[in-house]
This record gives sequence, C-alpha cells and structure tokens, in this order.
Amino acid sequence: MNWIDHYNYWIVIFLMMLGFYAIIASDNLVKKIIGLNIFQTSVFVLFISMGKVPGGVAPILRDDPTVLYSNPLPHVLILTAIVVGVATTALALALVVRIHEAYGSIEEDEIHEQDQLAG
Amino acid sequence: MSMQLSAHLPALQIVVPLIVAPLSLLLRNPRLIWMAAFAATATCLGIAVALYSQVLQQGEIRYFMGGWAPPIGIEYRIDQFNALMLILVSLVGTVVLPFARTSVDKEISRQRQPMFWTAWMLCFTGLLGIVATGDAFNVFVFLEVSSLATYAMIAAGKDRRGLTSAYQYLIMGTIGATFILIGIGLLYMLTGTLNMADLAARLPDVTQPRTLKTAFVFIVVGCSLKLALFPLHLWMPNAYAFAPSAVTAFIAATATKVSIYVMLRFFYTIFGAEFSFGTMPLGEVLMILALVAMFSGSLVAVFEQNVKRMLAYSSVAQIGYIMLGISLATTTGLAAGMLHLFNHALIKGALFMAIGAVVYRTGSAQLDQLAGLGKKMPWTMAGFVAAGLCLIGVPLTTGFLSKWYLVTASFDAGRTVIPVMILISSLLAVIYIWKVVETVYFKPALALKPGQEAITEAPLSLLVPLWVMVAINFGFGLQGSVIWQTVLQAARQLAGES
Repeated sequence: MNWIDHYNYWIVIFLMMLGFYAIIASDNLVKKIIGLNIFQTSVFVLFISMGKVPGGVAPILRDDPTVLYSNPLPHVLILTAIVVGVATTALALALVVRIHEAYGSIEEDEIHEQDQLAG
Repeated sequence: MSMQLSAHLPALQIVVPLIVAPLSLLLRNPRLIWMAAFAATATCLGIAVALYSQVLQQGEIRYFMGGWAPPIGIEYRIDQFNALMLILVSLVGTVVLPFARTSVDKEISRQRQPMFWTAWMLCFTGLLGIVATGDAFNVFVFLEVSSLATYAMIAAGKDRRGLTSAYQYLIMGTIGATFILIGIGLLYMLTGTLNMADLAARLPDVTQPRTLKTAFVFIVVGCSLKLALFPLHLWMPNAYAFAPSAVTAFIAATATKVSIYVMLRFFYTIFGAEFSFGTMPLGEVLMILALVAMFSGSLVAVFEQNVKRMLAYSSVAQIGYIMLGISLATTTGLAAGMLHLFNHALIKGALFMAIGAVVYRTGSAQLDQLAGLGKKMPWTMAGFVAAGLCLIGVPLTTGFLSKWYLVTASFDAGRTVIPVMILISSLLAVIYIWKVVETVYFKPALALKPGQEAITEAPLSLLVPLWVMVAINFGFGLQGSVIWQTVLQAARQLAGES
C-alpha cells in the first residue's frame, strides 16, 4: 500500500480543500459559487475513481462473460449528482443576480454594511 | 384493473404531490393551483395515516419501486417511525396550506405565485421522499430536491435580506448535503450496496474500520448542518426570519425534523446503535452539543428583538432537547427525543403561524411593533400564548409531556444533572415568551404611521389554521399516555427491540 497508489484520493482531498477554502475565504458571491463547484467536483472524482477496476473496460454488455469491466453504478450515481450540482449552481447564480439587483453589489462585506445601515 | 391501490401507497405518497409541482406551472391561476396543492396534500395525509395503520397490522412495508427488487431497484421501506414522520409532514402541510394561501397572496406577487407553489410542492415531495425511501442515495436526491426548493422559497419574500439568507443557506446546505454524499460514497465503497437494509447487513463484516468511521463522521456532520445542531445552526435564524411567513411556518416544522429523522435512520438502521454509541463516542459529543445548544439558543432568544429570529433561536434550543434525548443512547431517551421532535414541530408551526398573522397585519416582526396588539388582535395573540405555553412546557401541554419523559429518561440513564439543565433552560424559554406577552398585553399600542391602515384581527383564513394547530397541540397534551406509547413503540422498533 504505497501512498502513490492512492493518488486519486490525494487529488480528491486537494480539490476538496481548495474549494472549501474558496467558499470560506472569498468575499465575492460568485467566487464562493466557484469554490462550491470545485468542492462538489472533488466528490464526483471520488465516486468515479471508486468505480474503476484495474484492467477493466467500459461496461458494455457483450457475449463474452469473462470480460472484466469497470463498475458503472458509481458513474450513474454521479450523473445524478452532477445534475443536482448544476441545479444548485443555477439557483445560486440566480440568487446572485437578484442580490445584485437589490444591493448593487456582490461583495459580502458591502452587502452586510448596507444591511447594517438599513438597521 | 386487479391492481390493489392500497399496495401502492408508498409510491403514491410521493407521486401525488410530485405531479402537482409541474401542474401548477401549467395551471397559472393561483386559486386553481392552491386547490390542487391542497387536494394533493390532504390526500398525502390520508395515505400516510393508511400506511401507518398498515404498518401496525402487517409490520414493516417493503415496496419495490417499478417492480425492481433490491439491491438493484430502489426500495421504499415503511416502519412505524417513518410512517409517523409521513403523518407529521403531511399534517403540517395540510394545516399550513390554508394559512399559506392568504399569507402568500400578500407577500408574493401574483405573477410569481405559480412558481412559488411549484417550489412548495417540490419541497413537500422531497421531504416525504426522504422519509419514505429505503435507499441511501435516494435520500441524498430527495434531500437536494427539498433543499433547492426551500432556498427558492426563502428568496421569494419581499425583504431583500431574504435573498442573502437564501444564498447563505444554499452554501451551507450544499456543503452539508455533499458531506452526506461523501459518507454514502464511502459506505458504498465498503459494501457495494446502497440499500439501507443491505448496508446494515453487510457493515458488520467490514474489515476497514477507519473508512467506516470516516463515513460515519461525514454523515453526522452533514446531517448536523441540515438539522441546525449547534454550532452548525448559523444559516437558520436569518433564513427563518426573512422567508415569507408561511414558508417559515412550514419548514420550521418539517425540514429540520426530517433531517433528524435521516440522522436517526443512519444511527440505528444502517450503522447500528452498537457502532454509533459504542465504537464511536457519539453519545458524549451529542450530549455536550445539545446542552450548549439548549443554553446558547435560549439565551440569544432572550435578547433578540425580532420575534421571528427569536423563535428561530428557540428552535436551536429545542433541537438541543431532541438531540439530548437521542444522546442518552437508551430506548426511552430515543423515544423522548422523538416525542419532542413531533411536539416541537407542531408547537413551532403554531408559533410561526401566529407571528405570520401579525406580519400580515402590521408588516413587521420587530418586538417593539407588537406593542398593544393583545387588544387589536386578541385571537392571534391568544394563539401565540397558548402555543408559547406548550413551548415552555406547562403541565397538561405537549411540551410538558416531552420534557417530563426527557427528565425520566435522563434519570434512568443515570444522568442526574441533566434534569436540572432542562429546568433552567425551560426557565429561559419563560423569559423570552414573557417578553412577547409583556409587549403585547401591557404596553400601549403604537400610534399609526401616516397612511397606515388601522390594525385589526387577522382574517379567519389565518386564524382557523393557527387554532387548528393549537388544538392539535392541546389534544396531544390531553392524550399524553396514548401518544407516548405510540412513540415508544416506534422507538423500540427503530432500536430493533421488537
């Protein structure tokens, strides 16, 4: 069990932390959404790489039962999760558009300031 | 047509409200949409009650979606606990909808209403789906269906702060849901299945305890975010305060409770109580967080000037009580937590409806704006006080019932300090409810602003649902032992004792 064998997990952890950092650290609402997307993508990679079988081919039904194929189920699950992710991003962006209309800004600190002023 | 309709109730429970969601975009007319939504929601309540009686007669119901047997197909599994949860969600939906029609008319423009009702029905469907399904990945999908709809509904109000609260909730909610997804992915990695019963059967043979523990932690943290357990509750006060009143009443009574259900399902059905509370130090961690939530939530509520936010912080505290019962890791503790879950849903539903009626007439939920309303809106405020008494836990009310059983469960578990904590925290609830009562009944009414209409009693369409909810609360209180036996039986089944 060499740690390099599990390089996919390192990529997942790196992406996850990168996205998470962007969500927390940036003040810009659109940048937060980008961070959220990277965060979600890391989980997609986790699922997809999990389905890989060493030496396996694409899971297409053939006559030969001895063919080794990769597990398609995690991939299908992630198709659903991607759709959910797209919907989340669309909704988040729509909210940002409305926030921009209402506040004239998409910077969190400026919005907060306006709310404080309005009491 | 030899198909037995009663055999398909688990699917109909989800399909009926789901159909109304796109239908409301086609109907366009808010009145027609509302009627369709109400018919579907009331049907759901009927189905939920029928399912519960089926479960009592025949035991657990297993329903194969589309005829595909698990583990290939998605299975719906109904036992006593989730049948009761289905009843709770659809009961709250049925009572809040008539309230919502009037309240939404005032708070959301007519042109946006069809889309609003679509979101409402999707949220309702998602909540029912989370509860009914027996498939771990399906839980995630329904969780996102209901959450996305909730974000959209919170942003639908007139206050622009609703937009930023919805955004904040979206970010935190998505992180929570993604955590749950990671946990489910790790479980799949270990077992090769997503069916809950299958997972439960295969997890004991798992040889990589570290992955299993990681999965558990991800799921616990993800669920805690969704159910607003201290310190992950930060999204909640603003989301509740700036959402349209009817939305607050509906989601405060259902969404967090359904997340608690998910958590319990993972603890007891999938991981097993032995792993959750034995191998993992879950009981201790939850107990500390629950106690902090009880005090910090109530304390902030005491100093809060916006009544909606006050009630939201009170929810943080009440969720603390629920988690406290669960953290005792005994069957009576679990049952007490579950009982408080049901009670708190109904109490908070009533309180938020009362304050929603105030907002309908005055346009504000600020405490100082409520001065003197006791004379102008006597029935609304009486409803608030009645529900407030339940929240505090005055004898003969629902709140007393669940706190009483929490206290006995703590004594049974040998935790003698906890009853004292419950008592002190309840006294804090007396203070913040009293603050409202004092303002409403003992302070002189504010002078009307120029151009403002005179404040009168809320219309019957708001009062009747409010008082129905209050009546359900008091009915629960009077039928205390019956309710307790029902919940205890469900808790025993969940804990695998019967």
